[in-house]
This record gives sequence, structure tokens and C-alpha cells, in this order.
Amino acid sequence: MTEIQVGTEAADAASRSPQTPAIELDEVVKEYVSHGEVVQAVKGVTLTIAEGEFFSLLGPSGCGKTTTMRMIAGFEDPSRGNVRLHGQDVTNVPPNRRDVNMVFQSYALFPHMNVWENVAFGLRRKKVAEAEIKRRVGEILEIVDLTGREKRRPREMSGGQQQRVALARALVNNPRALLLDEPLGALDLKLRQAMQIELKRIQREVGITFVYVTHDQSEALTMSDRIAVMNDGMVEQLGTPREIYERPATAFVAGFIGTSNLLSGTVDCLRSGFAVLRLGDEDQVLAEGGSFSAGEPIAITVRPEKIGISTEEPTGDLSIVRGIVSEVVYLGLYNSYTVSLAQGAEVTVFQQNALDSTSTAERGDAVWLSWRPQHSYAIGS
Amino acid sequence: MSISESDVVNGVDAGPPAGRRSPLNTRRLGDRLLRVYVWLIIAWLFLPIAVMIVFGFNDTQSKSNVTWQGFTLKWWGRLDEYPELVAAVLNSLKIAVLATVITTVIGTLMGLALGRYRFRGQGATNLVMFAAIASPELVMGASLLSLFISAGVQTGFATVVIAHVLFSLSFVAITVRARVIGLDRSIEEAARDLGASTWTTFWRITFPMILPGVVSGALLAFALSIDDFVITQFTSGATQTFPLWIWGATRIGVPPQVNILGTLIFAIGVVIAVVNTVNGRRRT
Repeated sequence: MTEIQVGTEAADAASRSPQTPAIELDEVVKEYVSHGEVVQAVKGVTLTIAEGEFFSLLGPSGCGKTTTMRMIAGFEDPSRGNVRLHGQDVTNVPPNRRDVNMVFQSYALFPHMNVWENVAFGLRRKKVAEAEIKRRVGEILEIVDLTGREKRRPREMSGGQQQRVALARALVNNPRALLLDEPLGALDLKLRQAMQIELKRIQREVGITFVYVTHDQSEALTMSDRIAVMNDGMVEQLGTPREIYERPATAFVAGFIGTSNLLSGTVDCLRSGFAVLRLGDEDQVLAEGGSFSAGEPIAITVRPEKIGISTEEPTGDLSIVRGIVSEVVYLGLYNSYTVSLAQGAEVTVFQQNALDSTSTAERGDAVWLSWRPQHSYAIGS
Repeated sequence: MSISESDVVNGVDAGPPAGRRSPLNTRRLGDRLLRVYVWLIIAWLFLPIAVMIVFGFNDTQSKSNVTWQGFTLKWWGRLDEYPELVAAVLNSLKIAVLATVITTVIGTLMGLALGRYRFRGQGATNLVMFAAIASPELVMGASLLSLFISAGVQTGFATVVIAHVLFSLSFVAITVRARVIGLDRSIEEAARDLGASTWTTFWRITFPMILPGVVSGALLAFALSIDDFVITQFTSGATQTFPLWIWGATRIGVPPQVNILGTLIFAIGVVIAVVNTVNGRRRT
């Protein structure tokens, strides 16, 4: 991490207090006027991103994640709210005077310059001494594994190489945060997976805050320290990948990240800290969370891999529902069952192919599904 | 190139059995016909120019230079035989250079604005530009003349430059606009992001990227200006240009010096065009 920090910038880096967040967004709103109507692309986003964090903005296209990032970079002015970088309000500071750098989805390399000139562009603008530029560009090209290709033009390189030039061009400036706008979107699957690991390695090596915009949930889960799931201009949930996956706060998050079963019913009674939900006559679903009262309608989510499937009635303090298997799909790593419940809902169950590759149940079998109460989460409707 | 390659391939490993008309044979015939056709078009385009060049070396005795009399280089030594012709060529060059510079600057700015921004009057600007290209020169020349007369402007060198800027502006603006529309905006954003001011971003990033379009536009403007006759005739007053002098000379016979000067102007154009093409190929 120290290898690309030098001279005054090393001292500068040392003065960055770990308590001061790298990026703060305070009730940021972005409005556009389109055909005479005001459209809100971002509807009041508040985020605090810590120094050195790998932070992802995850959401479907049009959810406002790119607009949010562009407000951090300075390409969009917030209609309301404030953007702070290291405690300093930069809401009205133009992009060329913000100490953050961006990696664009299209890479946006300068086509008339070679790799070296592309990477040196930012340092030249800062009037860094030529010897210093030479050293830093050389070092960063080594980190991204492009040594020896300094004289290439961008169009003479593969997509993965262009990607790394774009990364080097941003990182060489030793920015306070690196913003990445779906940087792997144009690469094929194999290369994308390799670059995910590569990006994580580079981030660890240079110790810079990464803000990563993506619509790919697996990418966000793989790389991030924390994720903000965005939908319709708002942050739906903010948390670590584990929190977001295990405890989705809303139906949107549950559906957008991984596969999830959504069951709704009314609270029957409260038993030993769990709400007991009645779906059908014989079914009982236990859900965590204390603030329910009897008769209240709620919805719960449960992940398919948390559900056990058997042809005999399970016992214990479990959520238990009955159903008929309507589909069995063999997927190599696991079997996927679709089970129809009596009241019409369909539940997906994944059963790992660990010991016995024969399936527990066949199409048409009557089965019991069961899971632990802590794997059901009541979500806001 | 690809035509001859496919010929070789066919000849080596796909020789069709004799006496049967294979699809490959038909394709070979098609390729040959296509090649003949291409050369015919090239000949058709370049024959007049070749005639102009060749007759600059004609050892003609009469006033009119239309029948081949034998090879000579003597006209090259007597380029200044007609002082008014030399003055006319210099005038044409001055007008063309001046008009090209003015047109290129204004046209590039127009192209940038039209390609980049949405603004009130954009549709009207586009319409006027195409009208300027589509309107007959005769109409434009006559209307310019009446405009200058009613405004009390003495026609001459300045009015010719104004007229030439007017009719070549649209060509530059359209060429540059096409280039600007094809630009990835995020490249300029990347420059800003890396600390470049708007001014630096324009000169270091935007301008080099649109340069091939600017040069093409400038070449068009130069070519349009140097040989314009109709509009120049209306707006020149007492100023003599190369095309106007030739037109005057046709009644008594065009001397071979005209061919030589034409050849030189053509050669300059070819050199600039080749340089621009090579540069453009290296650039993007």
C-alpha cells in the first residue's frame, strides 16, 4: 500500500484519520425535468462509506445507483443534500478538483494516446515532476500486470487489458476513493470472475476506498465489505453481504438477491419469542421478531437452502408446512424441488447432492418442509 | 486485394473439374467483372484530370490547346507569361485560405454545438444548413449580389470571401457534427475526473479526437472555394480569380499554363488528402 504513496502524499495519507469517513452522502436528491415533469432519480440517499472500505451500490438498472456515484464524482449536481469527502463538503466542487477517480463502464481510454500517456494523464495535470511520473506509472503498470505494453494504443488491446489500463489510470493518482461504474460489465464470464478476484487483490494492496456500482448480485456479494441495495432511487437495505443475504429487510431485497420464498399469513399467537403463523390447517410457521400481535397479517421470507424436505413428519420447534412436489430439477450441485402448498403458494427447496444423489421425493409425492424459526424473517410489506 | 486472394485460393485447392460449371467458377467470373467495373469507374473519374495534366506538356503552336503536338516542358518555364493569370491564381489561393480558416473555425464550433447540445433553434439551424447545401449556386449568387448592392457594399475580394465562407460552412459543420456525435462522452468526463480543466480537456482530448473531421471539413471548404465560379462571378466585382480568368480565356483559347496551374493545385489537394487519411488511420 505504501509503494504508490510518496512524498507529501504519504504524509497526507497518514493524516487521514480513520474516524473520518471517506465519503458521506447526506439526504442527497437528484431531480430531472423530463417533458415538463420532475422525475426523481435519487430520492434522498444517506450513506457513510468508511476509509479503505470496498462498498457496493447494488440494484437493477434505473435504480439510481449510477446517478448516486456520479454525484460523488461530481458529474451530477445534487438537487438537494450534501456530498462530503473526508469531512469536506464538495457538493459544489467540479470533478477535476475532487480527490476521487472513476473507472468508467466503457473504460473511456483516450484513443489517441498510448498506455503510458493514458496512465500519466492525471499526474501531468497535477504537475508532478517527470521523474516521479515515470516511477509511479511504472509501478502501477506493474501492479495491473501491463509492464512492457506502455507503447500500445487502447484499440490494440483486449477488453481485459483495456480494463486494467483504466484501473491503472485512476489508481496512479492515489485518489482518496476509487469509483467503479460496472467496470466488468463488458467482459465475458471467465474474465469477469478472474477480474473480481484481481480487483479485490488490488484494493487490498493499495488500501484505497472502492465504491463499486453493479447490478450483478453475485459480484457484489463476492467483493464487498458492505452493500447498499438500491431500488427506485432509495436505499432498501445497507449491510454486509451476509446480513443482506441472510436477513433481507424487504421483499425487494429478498427477491433481488438470490432465490427466496415469500409466504404471507396472519399471526396466530406468540410462543416462546416467536410469532406463530397459520397458513393452512396443519401448517405452522414460526418467525423471529417480538413486535407482532395476534391477528396481524405479515409476510416472511425463507431461503431455499434452509428448508429440509422429507416424506415423514418432522418434530421439534420448527416451521413445518405440507405440500405436494410439483417439480424436481437435478442441477448437479443440488436438487431443486418446487412444492405446492395447500393454500396455493409455491415453495422452492434446494437440497445439496452431498452424500446420496438420489432425490428424497418424486413428482406428486406428499412431503413435509421444515426449517428453523431463525431462518424465517418477517419483512415490511 | 481480397479479389486476388480468392483467385489464388480457388486456383490452388478448389480447381473445379473441367467441363462443369461449378459455383466457384461463376464466382470467379463475377470477381473479374467486378474488377473490370471498378477500373472503369476509376478511369471515368480520373480521365479528365489525366487529360488536364497531359496537356500541360503539350507542345502546342496554336492558341487553343486541344490536339496533341508533342512533349515539351517549356510551359513550366513560362508560367508567368500572363501576369493577370498569376494574379488571379494568387487571388484564388488567398481567398481559399482565408475562407477555409474562417469556415473551419466557425464550422467546427457549430458542429460541436449541434452534435453535443439540445438547444432552442437547433432544428432551424439544421434546416438552414441543408438549405444552404441544397440551394442552387445561381440562386445563392444572385441573392448575395442583390444583398450586397442593397446594403451598399462594394463587391470585391471581401465579398467573395464572405460568400465562400457562407456556402462552405454547412459542409464543415456537418462533417464535424458527425464526428462529435460518434464520440464517447465519458472520455471527456474521464479527463475531467483526472484533473483536467474544461479548457485542457478540449485541447488535449476533444480536439484531437475530432481533428480528422475538422481536417476533412477544411479540405472540403478549400476545394469548394478554389474552383468556385458561379457565386464568385456574382460577388467578385473587379477581383479576378483563377476560374474567372479561365472562363474569360476560353473565348480566345486556354493556354497550357492553366493546365499546369490546375495540376499543381490538384497535386496539393492530393498530398493533403493522403496525409489526412494516413493520420486518421493512425489516430483511431
